Amino acid sequence: MKTNRRNFLKHTTAFGAAAALGPSMIASPARASGEIEVGVLFSLTGGLSIIEKSLADATMMAIDEINAAGGVNGMMIKPILEDGASDPKTYNEKASKLVIRDRLQTVFGSYTSASRKAVLPVFEKRNSLYFYPTYYEGFECSKNVVYTGAVPNQQLSNFIPWITNTLGKKKFFIVGSNYIYPREMAKVSKILIEQNGGEWVADEYLELGHSEWGAMVSKIKESGCDVVLSNVVGDSVVAFYREFKNQGLTHDKLPICATVTSEIEIAAMGPEFAEGSYTSFPYFQAIDTDRNRDFIERYRKYVNDPKAVTHHALESSYFQVYLWKQAVEKAGDISADAVREGIKGQVFEAPNGTVTVDPENLHTYLTPRIAQWGADGQGTIVNAYDAPTKPLPYVAYGETAENLFCTGAGLDTTKL
Amino acid sequence: MSDIIFIGLSLSSILLLIALGLSITYGAMGVINMAHGELVMIGAYTAVLAGLHLGLNLFFALPLAFVTSGLVGLVIERLVIRRLYGRIIDTLLATWGVAILLQQLIRLEFGLSFFGIHIDGLGPGLQNMTVPAFLTQPIDVAGMTIQPYRTFIIVVTLMLAGLTWWLMYRTPMGVQVRAIMRNPQIAAACGIDVRRVSALTFAYGSGLAGIAGVLLAGFKTVMPEMGASVVVDGFLVVVVGGVGSLLGTILAAGILGQINGIVALASNDIIARAVVFAVVIALILWRPRGLFSFKSR
Repeated sequence: MKTNRRNFLKHTTAFGAAAALGPSMIASPARASGEIEVGVLFSLTGGLSIIEKSLADATMMAIDEINAAGGVNGMMIKPILEDGASDPKTYNEKASKLVIRDRLQTVFGSYTSASRKAVLPVFEKRNSLYFYPTYYEGFECSKNVVYTGAVPNQQLSNFIPWITNTLGKKKFFIVGSNYIYPREMAKVSKILIEQNGGEWVADEYLELGHSEWGAMVSKIKESGCDVVLSNVVGDSVVAFYREFKNQGLTHDKLPICATVTSEIEIAAMGPEFAEGSYTSFPYFQAIDTDRNRDFIERYRKYVNDPKAVTHHALESSYFQVYLWKQAVEKAGDISADAVREGIKGQVFEAPNGTVTVDPENLHTYLTPRIAQWGADGQGTIVNAYDAPTKPLPYVAYGETAENLFCTGAGLDTTKL
Repeated sequence: MSDIIFIGLSLSSILLLIALGLSITYGAMGVINMAHGELVMIGAYTAVLAGLHLGLNLFFALPLAFVTSGLVGLVIERLVIRRLYGRIIDTLLATWGVAILLQQLIRLEFGLSFFGIHIDGLGPGLQNMTVPAFLTQPIDVAGMTIQPYRTFIIVVTLMLAGLTWWLMYRTPMGVQVRAIMRNPQIAAACGIDVRRVSALTFAYGSGLAGIAGVLLAGFKTVMPEMGASVVVDGFLVVVVGGVGSLLGTILAAGILGQINGIVALASNDIIARAVVFAVVIALILWRPRGLFSFKSR
């Protein structure tokens, strides 16, 4: 759009009118100008930027697509992009800026749980909505967050029984990075392992970013386990898989079954080190549908990299913008309260299949899948649920579909 | 038992690999080179880029990385460190700044990313260096599993330590370097070109960092921040060994690596790290100037 004197005037008048209205601005700040402002908050710098940049790209791509198709109820989406700099404190400051100064009702963002926890108070205090695209450990029930990544039951409830029954492996060595996500995953795993007649021989942790795996892999070798369950996160994954192969362990005898190792880590370690191992995620780049192939092609074009890989959190970053759009259209309003009501039960055909927002806990129904990694760095899907699974963020504490801990009324603390 | 010793030996060799270059720049020249980790990182990226664009494998990458990191070291010495000899705290700050600059250069692909140009192998992402297949396949010898890659690292490290010892103690250049270590003014008075020798020494130390980078790239992630963590380990070894003592550095790397390996196997790596730091503190309290020390400038 060209800025000439005429529409310059129009804009300034519109702004002036909105300003004159005073308090009503808080409810819907940008409607007067025919635009909806939303926040996009990911780390564009720092150690986590490797992954979070791709999440920001996917979010921006969804916004551009929606705008190109006519916007939301005829209004264009205007993203305000902020950099969390891989630092929870910066995340908190940037979230405050987006919510308090820019008065945004909706922000899409975060990769780590640490950054989500850091911004949560801002959204709860100001009653704004945060869309969180990453698989995480559960144990959270906020009515100000819409969670579109997997929770432990969506990664493990199919994985552990499949390992014990199909692979026939019963003795688990659980290994993870030393923070909340791997520890909660281990907790859920142990419940499932015992239910399925397996046992776990060890539960070990290494600090984030640890890159010397000699001793740990040697322990795995000595432990007598027949399968390794890995909740290792970040660049440690690369060192782990490389050391695993260097010590002569092979995935056909002693497979690594992972919950975090995605296409990105596989590309970084070199596919030959992961060939034959397994990962459980609701989304893989290898999902063989026209919708997914089309999505990958559009994403590659968008980031101008013909070899760019897509992964679970990236896909969630993309489809959650559409879920939000549908919620706004249904509610006819962009305020957090309206969108929260509107998004309950919202259904979208995402690249991984049908996703539905649970009306009770605002988490998302996703389809658990297991893939085996091949020599080309891509997974082959070896097992998938027929239908999306209900998200249970408190499954480690005994939550079941019949006995929900987190409902629309909030968390029932008596059940914990 | 042999497994435990091997893991310890392998940890030691990696520590020594990083500390060797540092023992020369810090030990011999009194420069706290915070950019040492970044020189390691540059070595790793040299290997990645050589593999991607020139099709060169690990063995060709080693000399290439030595030259690249050495040249970068020479430039740093000429531009920054030369002006700061004798001001030890200032070298710390200045080289830290250099370290950040080098990281960003890789992250921003030398600034080309601003113009939308992307070079494969650079940028903020994770990279990997391909290791020749025969170095990743373990060999069974008399019931013992030999890991070729770690064995390779141990061998290269020992060769480099030997080479460094030979250069320092068996060549005229080494005599000059040691003279400068003891007393630069007297060395200059005896006709040694202190500036030239210092520059070359620094470049050699930097080149060793480059080789360390290539070998680390074989089992670690290559990324712009990879150097930050290794530089701490390097300083630990040099300080424990005694500043300026090659033998001390080798011994310190050996002791710390073995302690790390044994404790890590007996309990876990987190406790092993804590024990290593405790041992370092105890050693420094017991011998403030390190295991081997002599009076120097």
